[in-house]
Amino acid sequence: MIGVLNQVVSGIATGGIYASIALALVMIFLATHQINFAQGEIAMFSTYIALMLIQAGVPYWIAFLLTVTISFTMGMLLQRFVLEPLSNAPILASVGAFLGLLLIFNNIAGWIFGYSLKPFPTPFGAGEPMFGGMISRHEMGSTVVTLAVLVAIWAFFRFTKVGLAMRAAAYNPVSSRLVGIPVARMLALGWGLAAGIGAIAGMMVAPIVFLDPNMMAGVLLYAFAAALLGGITSPLGAVVGGVLMGVIENLAGAYVVGTELKLTTALVIIVVVLVFKPSGLFGKALASRV
Amino acid sequence: MSAQSNWLRPLALLLALAVIPVVFATGFQLFQLTMVAIYALSVLGKNLVSGYGGQVSLGQGAFFAVGAYTAAVLMDQYDWPYWATLPVAAITSGLVGLMLGLPALRLGGLYLALVTFALAISVPQLLKYKAFEAWTGGVQGIVINKPEPPFDLPLSADQWTYLFTLAVVAVFFFLARNLIDSRIGRSLKAIRDHALAAEAMGIELARYKTLVFGVGALFTGIGGALSAFAVAFVSPDSFSLALSLTLFVGMVIGGAATIQGAVYGAVFIVFAPNVSEAIFKGAPGAVYGIILILFMFFAPGGFASLVRRFGAKYLRRAKPA
Repeated sequence: MIGVLNQVVSGIATGGIYASIALALVMIFLATHQINFAQGEIAMFSTYIALMLIQAGVPYWIAFLLTVTISFTMGMLLQRFVLEPLSNAPILASVGAFLGLLLIFNNIAGWIFGYSLKPFPTPFGAGEPMFGGMISRHEMGSTVVTLAVLVAIWAFFRFTKVGLAMRAAAYNPVSSRLVGIPVARMLALGWGLAAGIGAIAGMMVAPIVFLDPNMMAGVLLYAFAAALLGGITSPLGAVVGGVLMGVIENLAGAYVVGTELKLTTALVIIVVVLVFKPSGLFGKALASRV
Repeated sequence: MSAQSNWLRPLALLLALAVIPVVFATGFQLFQLTMVAIYALSVLGKNLVSGYGGQVSLGQGAFFAVGAYTAAVLMDQYDWPYWATLPVAAITSGLVGLMLGLPALRLGGLYLALVTFALAISVPQLLKYKAFEAWTGGVQGIVINKPEPPFDLPLSADQWTYLFTLAVVAVFFFLARNLIDSRIGRSLKAIRDHALAAEAMGIELARYKTLVFGVGALFTGIGGALSAFAVAFVSPDSFSLALSLTLFVGMVIGGAATIQGAVYGAVFIVFAPNVSEAIFKGAPGAVYGIILILFMFFAPGGFASLVRRFGAKYLRRAKPA
């Protein structure tokens, strides 16, 4: 029994990371009706930037803030110069652009930083596991950080004027433009936020999975499953779905299929959700107006 | 153009494609040309799904893998001759395509992209899975024999593989052209251009979408089986996400909604790595990415549309009417 509890707790810790990435995906989906296939690679690239800063002697938390800022700017620039011009193009073109970005980030990272696994430092110390060996310090710390990020994002959208404007721009771009909201700038901001969240998730997961150019493939897949499970139109759903996926991953890995079929588990969940409840747990059923 | 020259020209082209390389090309060049033919067929499968069917599949590499493994397992475990494995490879990859396509097709666009992307990521892991190891050989993969020329023909194995591949690919290109020109092809184009109007005209969306997805998977699966013969080896890591992305890049660069685009795309897939390695030594994949985005911006119709545009201009200048 204690083993099960152990798996659940550490599942919640990784689940927080899936939740962040899923939230970033949902934010971009709500604003643009696009799925950002490059989300994971952008996060991976940001994590390398963080490692570079830390190795240059920058203290962890300053490197952390710098990395988030750099990623934020990078996300805004990508939206402005790559995706905005394609915003009215058919699905195939935007998917093509995302895959192009995926290839570029993946290969540039491999070229600059090499393809070997690199350890990434944790700011929470290696010390003894906490709460009677239930959870490692890093897991505890990363859970707190991701939770703080999620609450901050929620408060930003709920209580600030810019957050309200962003929601409006995503919900109804035409009317928003009429009341004076700079919709394009809001989209760029959304992209910046998504890239920033991704960077934090990357820095939190890297000490667990080690840093390499392909480290985010599995994380991204679980985040996709999380977003679909929670409902791709629901930010809350993304968070709940993320935590659930973390727990499912651990329990399935420990008791059902083993770790060898980790990615397949996510694939099966994606297919099952799409077959039985395409709107997910919290999402709205998508209806197209005729 | 008279009806006669309509089929004479492709036949002459095919004959030239068969004879000239066999006479002049070295073994490695023949292998490269074989791979061009294989990728052309695989990209053609993708063109049918995405270019004509208007559905974004990112997991075409998975169907390639199903075809390749079906052929390799039948040859390795059950001693089937290579040519006999092709129909089975076609059926299995087509069926897998239908099975995966069905749930996502009902939901359209991005969901399908997502499911197929997830599939592409998980393929190598599935192929390595212990429970299937007896058939798939696990991480090691399967080594098979190169096709030997029959009836004591005075050809090398490379030459025979090239001719066999070319013949199979030509048949499927012929079938694809007929499919596109048929009632089914017209329905597909109608669905892609305006799904609602097509439905109102009595075209069953779900049926045609599922059908073309299955057919596309089948084409790519045959490509995979042929590649198993040509490479004489299959292993899980050659069917990673990178393969699916490569096929996607080939489709976009060749021209998604054309048949000849598949050939341009295949030429790009086989020969571009050498070129991009020369341009940007460290990260050839990044060159792919940049080219992909540039095409999205400036030539969404791919190379085929460029050929058409500049070809038309040239013709006009050459013979002013």
